[in-house]
Amino acid sequence: MDLSVITDEHVEILLSDLLEQYGYDFTGYSRASIKRRISRIYTLDRALSFAEFRYRILNDQAYFKRFVEQITVNVTEMFRDPSFFRKLREEVLPKLGTYPLIRIWLAGCSTGEEAYSISIILKELNLLHKSLIYATDLNPTVLEKAAQSIFAMSQMQQYSENYILSGGTKEFSSYYTASYSLAKFDDELKRKIVFSTHNLVSDHSFNEFQLILCRNVLIYFNRDLQHNVLDLFDSSLDELGYLALGSKETVEFSRISNRYKRLPGEKIWRKVG
Amino acid sequence: MTKCKAFIIGGSAGSLEVLLKVLPNVRTDIPFPIIIVIHRKHGVDSLLPALLSTRTELKVKEVDEKEEIMAGTVYIAPSDYHLLIEQNETFSLDYSEKINYSRPAIDATFQTAAEAYKTKLACLLLSGSNSDGVNGLKYVKSWGGTTLIQDPDSAQVAYMPAQAQLNVAIDQVLTIEDMAAFINLLS
Repeated sequence: MDLSVITDEHVEILLSDLLEQYGYDFTGYSRASIKRRISRIYTLDRALSFAEFRYRILNDQAYFKRFVEQITVNVTEMFRDPSFFRKLREEVLPKLGTYPLIRIWLAGCSTGEEAYSISIILKELNLLHKSLIYATDLNPTVLEKAAQSIFAMSQMQQYSENYILSGGTKEFSSYYTASYSLAKFDDELKRKIVFSTHNLVSDHSFNEFQLILCRNVLIYFNRDLQHNVLDLFDSSLDELGYLALGSKETVEFSRISNRYKRLPGEKIWRKVG
Repeated sequence: MTKCKAFIIGGSAGSLEVLLKVLPNVRTDIPFPIIIVIHRKHGVDSLLPALLSTRTELKVKEVDEKEEIMAGTVYIAPSDYHLLIEQNETFSLDYSEKINYSRPAIDATFQTAAEAYKTKLACLLLSGSNSDGVNGLKYVKSWGGTTLIQDPDSAQVAYMPAQAQLNVAIDQVLTIEDMAAFINLLS
């Protein structure tokens, strides 16, 4: 990747354009990563000059959508970190199973792989009928993709391995229909998933949840923004609810840390105070 | 090189044993951090920091995201994340696409470090079987940093340093025996 095409100053100009023109606030994002993302799309789309690139983002709505999609990271997989999903299956979700209704917020769901993973576990625990998964992302394009429940067949072997490692005992292929290079997951799995846009930077709390998952999103935010988002999660989480983060993320050192107790071994905290 | 603010080592197949030989001989009062990016399998929780800390009195730790980079510390890139260096000399992590089939990718760390440290950076590319790190070294060079490779003849897998030698102006080719001495002379 050629990083020299975009300077630090270019990055600041584009981020302030996005905020002023479209109301998308990326100014709290870590710069090294977003600069790489911007350089990547600049090169990929063979922009002729920075001025032309900037003009296009400001004036071409379709290109703006593509730009936002490309500067956010949408890499995800089903049952990533199997031990984490095992903990959900064996400890967290059974405990929430005593509630009449389980409300789950998956923040930054991207193309939906984790939403379907959770749905599969809930179904196997016989809890899906009384669960609601709110899967949100700031990016409408990835949500459209997520709602299709179609993934690449080439991923299925890896996902199946993850599923088994996470404690799944069914035939993983029983959850999808294969058609050439694509795997279409059962509609039943998405009946309880609500896909919706939500921007963690600018949108407010919209419900109370018993479980909030937000994995590998906070790593892209600076410390201040991380703290604000953790406050948002705190105000959206029921007493004794669970908050799950990515394997390198933490609530430690934040304003909410003293109300949260970590489950041993995984990046899952229970709201106890 | 005027003054070293960071020494970064990238490696793949055959690089771990180089580290195990070199680290014990690095002096424990180095006035800069050593940052290590090694390709390895994701899943098994990393034993690398524990293993390396048996070979040096320097503090060895796996990087935490947003962590401030301190002199005299050996940092290991966590598996399955790209390790980026911010302009304010903190680490950040990134879970974007693999680069050169690798995550962490050496290129990502070398490139972001090149911009953060400019002339005060030295990057060393060790043994390995793909060309990750080569573009990164090119970038380091273009920002005025120092480019180093393991002598391909001494590498278990020569491909990676050999590719660097073909494509980048390398400041110094180091044998395993020379590496610690080279690091110890930086200030």
